[in-house]
Amino acid sequence: MIELENVAMSYGGGELLSDISLRLAPGSFHFLTGPSGAGKTTFLKLCYGALLPSAGQVQLFGTDLRQMGRDDIALARRKIGVVHQDVQFLDHLSVAENVALPLAVSGRDTLDQEVNLRELLGWVGLKARADALPPQLSGGERQRAALARAVIMSPEVILADEPTGNIDWEMSQRLLQLLVELNRMGKTIMVATHDLNLIRAAKGQVQARVLRISNRRLHLAGADL
Amino acid sequence: MKRPDLAQLTRFFTGDPQADRMVPPTGYTARLTLFSAAAMAFLAVFALALALATGRMAVRWGDELARTATLRISAPTDQIAAQTAAALRVLSQTPGVATARALGPDEQRALLAPWFGPDLPLEALPIPQLIEIVETRAGFDAQGLRLRLSAEVPGAVLDDHSRWRKPLVHAANSLRLLGGVAIVLIFGTMAAMITLAANAALAANAQVIAVLRLVGARDGYIAQAFVRRFTLRAISGAFVGSVLGGLAVALLPAAQDEGGFLTGLGFQGLGWLWLLVIPPLAGAVAFGATQFAARTTLKELP
Repeated sequence: MIELENVAMSYGGGELLSDISLRLAPGSFHFLTGPSGAGKTTFLKLCYGALLPSAGQVQLFGTDLRQMGRDDIALARRKIGVVHQDVQFLDHLSVAENVALPLAVSGRDTLDQEVNLRELLGWVGLKARADALPPQLSGGERQRAALARAVIMSPEVILADEPTGNIDWEMSQRLLQLLVELNRMGKTIMVATHDLNLIRAAKGQVQARVLRISNRRLHLAGADL
Repeated sequence: MKRPDLAQLTRFFTGDPQADRMVPPTGYTARLTLFSAAAMAFLAVFALALALATGRMAVRWGDELARTATLRISAPTDQIAAQTAAALRVLSQTPGVATARALGPDEQRALLAPWFGPDLPLEALPIPQLIEIVETRAGFDAQGLRLRLSAEVPGAVLDDHSRWRKPLVHAANSLRLLGGVAIVLIFGTMAAMITLAANAALAANAQVIAVLRLVGARDGYIAQAFVRRFTLRAISGAFVGSVLGGLAVALLPAAQDEGGFLTGLGFQGLGWLWLLVIPPLAGAVAFGATQFAARTTLKELP
């Protein structure tokens, strides 16, 4: 579904990532780790088409990223749910409307989705906050709202960039729990994090592979954790 | 881009309330856009009035003056009657001359009265005889007539008024061109203002756009929220501006002979319908400008 082949990425002269190859298999669970500044966010951006690689090939759902127009990328993003550390919302719309935003922009905000929306908000524990505005949410609530927004289109892949960066351990556990549940439903998950405890906590519940970016390259780390 | 059909056009105006809500409402750029559209439409009304009025004037002057000419016979007193008769005969044979009539002494005196007073002893002065010629619509060949007159009526001088007519018509046409240029400039300025306002709105809503892109909104969807807003603002602003401009023109003093062409500024009859063109034109300009601004901005974003 997402394939990277010999991908390199450089910003203004310096190469941040080089010679990266990865094939995300359906239903897999990956952690992406590495020191901050190693290029985790850049790597994820390559995976959802926000950046074009300086060399190599990125394929989203079987199409080369370079061959895709802006609309093609928009359509591909409906199949990729993204959660950022500093998640952004439309601050003038309620939490419920923000979560339903992907449906609205793809013209699928029909009435029968209303039930799904309620269910989803209940699942992430935000039912009571449905009518609040995003600036009124706590860090943990924002992350869960972002996760709900990322999954409402029932995407095939969920990419999360430091989703637990701003929240306490208990809330991190809860968020991880939601990601694990999604993975059990068959979604492909990739979580970038530098929180090794989170990775250890996940290991007991799910078959997760750990990828590590260091020295501009992607390594499979697994056994040592 | 494919041509929008009627259904698409209706949808554009009825709008997608959901898409409209994506972009937060902005009080003050909205009012500025409304104001500029209204002001530009107001000015456009006057430019249009100028263009139409000078257009009418050019046609009128051209027509009225073109279809008359004057023949002046200066000859020794004893020959005037004979030469006048000869000239009238030549004119009656000239194709393109509808009527030719020698002015009587009273008419000639009336013409000279402003300069010499009413008590002029016309008979005692060697006053040339004037013949008024009215042309048919086709007109006559002035050059040919002059040649023939010079042979048969040596004292005749033909004045076809082109000396007066040409600069007047030329002036009127220049004014009309000026009106047209003003209209183009006004709508160009409106486009520039709306582009600036749209760019400001796009920049102010960078976060909104980033979020919409992230959740899979197409550029067209995002652009439409802005384009629709600015187009409707421009149309309503221009509507108010044209109504006010139309009222102002209607309240101008009516055309008078004494006032010359300035008081003739205004719309006549069906000319008022031109006012209806301004709001949709403003809408079209705003649509184009915002579409361009939005597409250009969005192309730069990931």
